[in-house]
Formats: sequence, structure tokens, C-alpha cells
Amino acid sequence: MKHFFTLLSHEIRMLLVSPATYIAATLFLAFMGMIFTKILEIYSSAPQDLSPAAVYFQLFWLPACVMVPLLTMKCLAEERRLGTIETLLTTPVTTTEVVLSKFGAAYFLYVTLWVSTGGFFYILQTFSGDVRFLDSGPLFGGFLFIAVSGLLFVALGVFASSLTSNQSVAGIVGCVMLATLILGGNALSDSAWLEQGVLRPAKVAIEYGHVFAHRDDFTRGVIDTRHLLFYLSGTVLALMFSILSVEAKLLHS
Amino acid sequence: MSDSAPAIEVSRLVKSYSGVVAVNDISFTVQRGEIVGFLGPNGAGKSTTMRILTGYLPATSGSVNICGVPVATQPDEIKRRIGYLPENNPLPEDMRVSEYMYFRGRLKEIPRRKLGPRIDEVLEVCDLKRVRHKIIGQLSKGYRQRVGIAEAILAEPPVIIMDEPTIGLDPHQILIVRDLIASLRGRMTVIISSHILPEIEMTCDRVLIINQGRVVAEGTPAKLRREMFGHSTYQLEFAGDLTTLPAALSGIETTLKITDEGEPHPDGFRRVKLTTDRDDELGDSILPQLLAAGYRVRGLIRVHPTLEDVFLAATRRSWDVVKSTEATGLASANSRTNERGAA
Repeated sequence: MKHFFTLLSHEIRMLLVSPATYIAATLFLAFMGMIFTKILEIYSSAPQDLSPAAVYFQLFWLPACVMVPLLTMKCLAEERRLGTIETLLTTPVTTTEVVLSKFGAAYFLYVTLWVSTGGFFYILQTFSGDVRFLDSGPLFGGFLFIAVSGLLFVALGVFASSLTSNQSVAGIVGCVMLATLILGGNALSDSAWLEQGVLRPAKVAIEYGHVFAHRDDFTRGVIDTRHLLFYLSGTVLALMFSILSVEAKLLHS
Repeated sequence: MSDSAPAIEVSRLVKSYSGVVAVNDISFTVQRGEIVGFLGPNGAGKSTTMRILTGYLPATSGSVNICGVPVATQPDEIKRRIGYLPENNPLPEDMRVSEYMYFRGRLKEIPRRKLGPRIDEVLEVCDLKRVRHKIIGQLSKGYRQRVGIAEAILAEPPVIIMDEPTIGLDPHQILIVRDLIASLRGRMTVIISSHILPEIEMTCDRVLIINQGRVVAEGTPAKLRREMFGHSTYQLEFAGDLTTLPAALSGIETTLKITDEGEPHPDGFRRVKLTTDRDDELGDSILPQLLAAGYRVRGLIRVHPTLEDVFLAATRRSWDVVKSTEATGLASANSRTNERGAA
């Protein structure tokens, strides 16, 4: 892992000098700002049970399904399309270092964007003069959920990018994989037909990977090691498959 | 690694993918400090061989050693010993030249304090100082190609592999690149593939011609000429009796023969081609003897075949071999079928 930090700093630098990053960041912040304003409007019209922070993180899936593929679709697909992967892999770097640095840079940007939305709560608290609006429990839990789940989401995006040399295809594949993981579990968790005997293990597996339930636990302050293990093992698996995918394409190129 | 080991040693290299044999039993050796040209028509297996040399692609069978280190088992060591310019020279579009050099230098493990002066040096050598702060995507083809070459020589590796370094360059830029490669002679081992044959002839010490994944000719351009065309060829323009000419010629040198009688001109002269096994200059003995024998001579030139002729002859010869092998295979298959039919 001698060259990991050289590659990572290069990737982050490239992200920071790219106009596309700033466009994506502006759109993301504008969108999340709109959601936040809407939440405040609802709270000002009638009293609510949940804290604004808990409600805010309920809509995490939308930026996760759209932003993550946008951030990751370029990383390996573009290298392969331009052929720069060949110049990169003929220096003393390993495929693992290349994949991990791409993952690290995309994850850094994803988390940075989310953390910057913490400013919404700070502004609210400053202008309202009410400390209750900066509800640290759900806020901390929510951001922790975003950081932990982001590992798996970004790793899946990187994996999608490793499958093809076409950025658009990588983006669509990534979006479909994330939507299946995040929304599929939610859609299937209420299905009665999965209660039948043979399908019972499948139902248990789906409940274990139910991302919405994980989010609720995190924002309530329940940090379950099973959830952490789910995201960490999923991340490791997705990154391993990404590395294998890049190497398999070399073998058959 | 042993210091006496050849720079590149390829033995019985085979690479096949999806049922297609791209490289078929290639063996060659390149000594240290040599500049070797790698020639072949499109699809001959040049780029595949070069990629295997760099450790980027694994070989199906055979062995490749760079400076005595096997590529298959120690690819990381190999990558520290080579500089590689791939075909089409892929470069990141959105980096500045100096940034790119710095990044590549770090990946190639050049110590930080040496990297700055070394980058200045290669930018100077490749005449890139004026564009060092420009974005690579905005550079012309010639500059981009030089950025690729500068990157390949950056870490001063013992072996440099360049896949078509002069493709798409104008004659002035080709001259610069040629001088650049020539300046590496003796210090680094260079292996270049190219379609521009005069280019190879001027720069390289030795040439390898491959076709259909096989080495079809190997040696210095002069040696290849001798192998392909006999020792020497002369073109004679004379007037006189053609039937007595062979006798007159064998009186001068026994191996001197007419290979092409040509067409007679209306003025009585005709142009014939002569070949001889002798490698030394025969012009000064041919001319007076023919004049003494009563021939009128108005031209005698020693013909030097170009590398292009050698290349065409070598690849044509290998095609003939392939065709005859296929024909033999087909004929034997047919005879087997007939035998079975008769039985």
C-alpha cells in the first residue's frame, strides 16, 4: 500500500479541480436545502412527534441513489475508456491500490457533501435562538448512518464502474444496484408471501439488510454491531469484486 | 538480477485469447544499451508482445526476463525497471504537464528531492519547458507524444518500451523524437515499434520483423538485406548482345547473374538487374570489362533495397509459409477423406 496515499491525494485533487464536482455539490446542497425548508414549513404549521433531524435523514435514499452513481461512474470506466489504466498499471502500483484510492476519493466527497448539510441545522439554531433545534442525538446518529452506509453505497458505485468502460452504463448499473438494495428491501419487507415456510430464510435475510430499518435505529441512537458488520462486510465484498473485475478484464483484454 | 543478463530475454512466448493466437512462439534477446525496432503489419502481435514485456498482460506460455528478472513471477520488480509508452499514448486530459510528471514520478518511486530537478531535465530534453504549465488536453499531438516519451524516460529505467512513438507526428517532430531516442543509445535499452520504416532504419541497431505472431526476420538492416535479396544488386543500362552478356559477366565474377532482363528501348538500350553473392563493390571492374567486350554502357548503379523492401519481402514470405501450411493441411485432410471414401 506504498502508493495508496499518492493515488488518493491525486484523486481528491482531480475531484477538487473538476467543475463537475462543484456543479454536483451545488445541486446536492440546493436539493437538500429545499427538503430542509419543506420540513421546517411542516414543523411551523403543526407540532410533530419526531425531531427535524430524524425526518431530514428519512429522505437519504434519494441523494444516495442519484449522487453516488454520479460520483463513482467515472472512476474506473473513464480510466479504461481513455486507456490510462494501462499507463497506471505499468508503474509499480497494484490494482488494489488503484481501486481503493478511487473508492477513498469518492467516499471523501460523499461524506463531505453530507457533512456540509450540517450547516442547515446550525443556521436554524442560530436564527431561532432555540438550542432544541440542534438536537445532537438524532443528528449524530443520522450522520453516523450516512457515513457507515456510504461505505457500501460508494463501494457498489465503484463496482458498477469497474464492470464497463462506458460511464453512462456504469451510472445506470450503479443506480439500479443502489435502488435495489435500498428500496428493494423496503418493498419486500412487508410482503406476506415471503412468510411461507420455504421462503422464510429469504425473509430473514431481507430484514437483516433492510436499510430503512438501520437508519431508524441509528437516528434513535441504537448503534447495532450487526448493522455495522453488514455495511463493512458488504463494502469489503464490493471492493474485492471491483478489484477482481479490473483484473479479469485485463486477463481477457 | 544479474548485471550481465541481457536487457530483454523472450523465450517461446505464446499469447492467445478467445481462441485467437496473437503471439505464436516468439523468441528474441535484446542486449543492454541496444535500440531495437519492432516491425510488423497491423495485427501482427507487436502491441501484445510489448504489453507482455511490461507485465501488463500475462502470457499464455513461454518466459520473459527483463534484466534477468522474470516478468511472470516478479511483475512489481519489472515495473520499476521499465518505462512504457503505450499505443495511442493515453494521457489524462485535465492535468497540467508538470503536475502529471510529478504524479508519475511519485508513482515511479523517485525520491521527492530528486524529482523536481529530474522533471526539469526531462522537460528540457523533450523540449516541453514552454508548455509545462499547460493542460494536457489542450496540447497538440506532437506535444502530447513528447509528454508520453518524457514520462517513459522520467525514472531513468534500464529498459524503455515504446509502441509507435512517432505515429501522427509531422516530419519536424519526428526528427526531434528520433534525436531523443538516439540520445538514449548506450545508456538505456530501447525497443520501439513503428510503421515508419526509414525511421526505424535510422534509429535502430537491430530490427525484428514479426507477422502472424511469429518472428519472420531478425538482424541489422544490412544483414536483413543480404538475407532477403542476395548479397548485392546492380542495375545496368547497356546496348549490345544480351545473349553473350552472361558469359561476359561470369568472366568478371562467377556469381554475377542476370535476374531481370527488362524491356529493350527503341534506342537499343535495355535495363537489366544483376545480382551477386559478393558484398564488396564490383562497379569498377564491371564497367571497363563490359566496355572492352564491346558493350555500350550508359548507366550502372548499385541498388540498395530499403527496409521497406525487406519488410514487404519478409512479411510476404511469411504469408507464403502460412498459405502453403494451410494448403498442405487442406490437401492432407482431403486425401484422408478420399481414403475413407474409398475404404
